[in-house]
Formats: sequence, C-alpha cells, structure tokens
Amino acid sequence: MSATLHSASGPAKDMRVAAALGRRRRHVSTAVKAACYAATGVGLLLLLSILGTLFWNGFSALNLKVFTEVTRPPGSEGGLLNAILGSLIQTAIGTAIGTPIGLMVGTYLAEYSKNSPLANAVRFVSDILLSAPSILIGLFVYQILVVPFGGFSGWAGSVALAIIVIPIVVRTTEDMLRLLPDTLREAVIGLGAPKWKMITLVCWRAAASGIVTGVLLAVARVAGETAPLLFTSLGNLNWSLSLSAPMSSLPITIFAYAGSPYQDWIALAWAGALIITLGVLGLNIAARSLLRRK
Amino acid sequence: MDLSMIQSGAGTAAAAAPAGATRNEPRIAVRDLDFYYGANKALKGINFDLPERQVTGMIGPSGCGKSTLLRVLNRMYSLYPGQRATGQVLLDGKNILDDDVDVNALRARIGMVFQKPTPFPMTIYENIAFGVRLHENLSKRQMDERVEWALTRAAIWGEVKDRLNTSAMGLSGGQQQRLCIARSIAVRPEVILLDEPTSALDPISTLKIEELIDELKRDFTIAIVTHNMQQAARCADQVAFFYLGELIEVAPAEEMFTAPKQKKTQEYITGRFG
Repeated sequence: MSATLHSASGPAKDMRVAAALGRRRRHVSTAVKAACYAATGVGLLLLLSILGTLFWNGFSALNLKVFTEVTRPPGSEGGLLNAILGSLIQTAIGTAIGTPIGLMVGTYLAEYSKNSPLANAVRFVSDILLSAPSILIGLFVYQILVVPFGGFSGWAGSVALAIIVIPIVVRTTEDMLRLLPDTLREAVIGLGAPKWKMITLVCWRAAASGIVTGVLLAVARVAGETAPLLFTSLGNLNWSLSLSAPMSSLPITIFAYAGSPYQDWIALAWAGALIITLGVLGLNIAARSLLRRK
Repeated sequence: MDLSMIQSGAGTAAAAAPAGATRNEPRIAVRDLDFYYGANKALKGINFDLPERQVTGMIGPSGCGKSTLLRVLNRMYSLYPGQRATGQVLLDGKNILDDDVDVNALRARIGMVFQKPTPFPMTIYENIAFGVRLHENLSKRQMDERVEWALTRAAIWGEVKDRLNTSAMGLSGGQQQRLCIARSIAVRPEVILLDEPTSALDPISTLKIEELIDELKRDFTIAIVTHNMQQAARCADQVAFFYLGELIEVAPAEEMFTAPKQKKTQEYITGRFG
C-alpha cells in the first residue's frame, strides 16, 4: 500500500531543493513588501507635503478679516466674505435641487425597474455623468441657462452643481437600497402595505444613514468644484447675494487670486483653500462617523 | 379596503364555531393548485384545506414546494414577474388567485412571519403600529391598547413594555421574532402563515414561539412550514407532507407520525431521506 503511494507521488523529496525554493519565496516576499511600503511612503509624503504647505500658508493668512470683509482691490485689506457666502448658497441650492432628483432616480433603479433596458440605460448614463469632466457640465449649463437668460447668474452655478450632485446620490441610493434584504420588503408587503409606503416608510429609513452619507460626500465634492462655475456664476468681486447676478465663490476666487501678482491676494487664496479643505474634511469625517454608527 | 368585512368575519367565525368540534370548517380551501416559477412547475395539483382555528404543519424535504404554497396563500408571489399560479385558493368562497383581488386587503386578512426576524428600522411601538395604520384609523389611546394587546398576545409585552420607544433593532433574535408575530396579529388577520419561524432561533426562544402558536390557535387559523419533525408533532393538529411539488399525504398529526398511509411519508418521517 505504502509502496504504491510512494511511486505515485514521484521520486523521494530532496530537502536541499525544498530549502532553496523556500529561500527564494522569502526573498520575493521581502522584495514585494518593501515595494509596497515604499509606494505607501511616496503617497503619504505627497499628501503630507500638500497639507503641510496648505496649513502653513493658509493659517498664516487666516484672520478675522477673511470672514468679515468682502473681496477688495489689492492692497486694501479685503476678505473672502462674499466668496464664502456665495459658495455656501450655491452649494446649498445645488444640493437641494440634486438630492431629491438623485434619490428618486436611485429608488427607481433599485425598487421599480431592476434590470429593464430603460433602467440599464439610466444607470449607464448616470455612471458616465459621475465621471464626466466637470467643465463640460459648466459649458452645458452655459448653453441652456446663461445664453438664453442673458447672463451669468448664481442660479446657473447652482444648477451646474446640482447636475454633479445627481449621479452621486443616484449611485449611493441605489447601492444602499440594494443592500436591504428582500425579506424586509416582503415583511412590509405581507402586512398589506402598498409598494410606495414600503419604500418611503421602511426602505428609505433602513437605508437612511447610507443615503445621507452619499449626500454629504456629494456636498464635499461640489463645494470644491471650480470648472462648472467658470461659465455659469462666473465669480463676482463685489458684494452681491442676488442669484440672478454673477455670484462669487471660493474656488473661483482662489483661481483668480492665486494667479495674480499681488501678495495679499495670493495670501487670501491660501486662506480660501484652507477653508474649503477643512470644510470638506469635516464633511467627510461626519459622513464616515454616520456610516459607522449604523 | 373592506374593514367591516374583516372584523365581522373574525367576529362571527369566533361566535359560530361549535364548542368541542372535532373537525373544524376549512378556513382556506386549496383546489387543483399548480404553481410555476417561469417554466418550472413547483406545485402540482394541490388539494387541501386549512381548518378553522387549527394549526396545519407543512413538512417535506427542501425544494418540495411547502414554502411556495405558503407564498401562494397571501399572493406574495405576485411581487415577482414570471411566477404564476393556476387553480383555486378559496377564502370565504372567493378565489384569491383572481386578478381583481385587492392583494393589500387580502394580506391584512392573511398575515405572514418569516424565517429570519424582520424588524423594521423604527421603535418597537412603531413596528406594531405600522401595520395597523395601513388598515385602520385609530385614536392614540386605541392604538396604545392595540399595541399592548398584540405584544401581550405574542408573549413579549413584559420584556418590552418599558422600552417601547427604543429601536426594535436592539432586541435579541427571539424577541425580534415574537415582535414580528405581534406585528402580524396587530392587524387582526384571520390566518397566520409561519415560514420556518424558529429555524434561526435558539432552543429557549423556539420553545416560547411554540407555546405561543398553541395559544394563538384559539383565535387564528395557522399554517406553519417546518423542517423540524418534532416541532410539527408538538404544534400541529394536522400535518401535510409534500414531496417534489406534490402533496403526498395530509392527516391529523398523531396519525401522520404513528401510522402514515403512504410509504414515502413513512420513509421521510423516519429519516430515510430528506
């Protein structure tokens, strides 16, 4: 019995060959591990140097005037108040327009039409929109809102941001609803509930933390968008909160100030960049902690 | 939504039942039922009755069609395109497979509890009130009473009465399952369908649910799908054995487990296959 087993498994094991192979495995392992650490180190170093430069220049430029004064000509001690408020307003309106649309589309995809040709087409288009260059969205809104209505406006900027919000909310809503087990849906239906009550009263609630996380990430994304605002709300160096007029925003102001030859404008651009970064960082942390609490 | 019919139906049924009847009237009568998942025929010519206020145990190996039958009885299969049933399922003489049946009203009369507990992401109180609100307009006080009644009947009131406004997700598995039973009976159905209600629970929770089933059959007609032969023997008045989509035998529980008529039944209950 043992003889047949032996002959079946080939010649006797050579311990020297086994040891040599083992050594080679260990060398390869060490090399791959070193490469991984090195790549991680490069990534971290870049990130830290960006953040370090930003914090260094940003905090040294940050003072109360940044938040209380509007943008002024160089050398006259201006701030960023109109840019900060403009960003907040346009981001808020963009989110308020984009979230319900995204929520409805995501719900349609997950609950009403999982694999129909229309659903697949909508999902495909939404995913393309998700990765579309944002300057294209700016140009699109320029064509449909700025040109026909005779000028740049806060509304046009808000709509451009809304178009960026929609696909993000669509994807997270669909993903979060799909994570819910079908038995939960059957339990609601089994009580005699119509489908729309099942969706609004139970499914949305069960997926709420995930959906809110998606919305927060969308807000974080559009808060820092520059390209879609270039052709829509344009930017405004004067004090104006009118949505029908060109509207200031932090990214546009950073874009304009950072490329200027004036030292105080460049310092303000750093301060603005720091404000956006901290805001986005805060939103991301909020989104993560919300998702973890679930 | 015909509420009066539901309520008076339950009331007269309770009043009209003869005391000490050995053989109760059928609450649901299944006639020549065929069921298809697409082209695959999962139930073949099923004929049997769910007697009024008795527990009917449905046993058989996996894939034999017993859960499928349960899902026909409350039209759950209608959610899924490609699934269809032919034949008749008579509830008060009306075929519930007809297209003109209001499935939401039907499901209020025929409640269902699933294998895995399915608490809704809301408070314990709201879990119970949710189903009631779908079919009835109650005052706050009436709703409080209904919630207490349902939780008491499901033998969980004592454990949750001080935390009605906390999330139902914080309950243990066995408590969640009793909450789901309470949620079903709060709607005051006539029939309760239980699809392996204890297979995800520990022995003590299982015992509690079995005692509960025994208690509930005084008011409700119950059908329970189970893989556990002892459970069928303990809980059921009548047992139906399914195999490969066919109903092989249906008999009173003691007869089924002591003197089955069919050879297949005997082989299954003695553990020869399954």
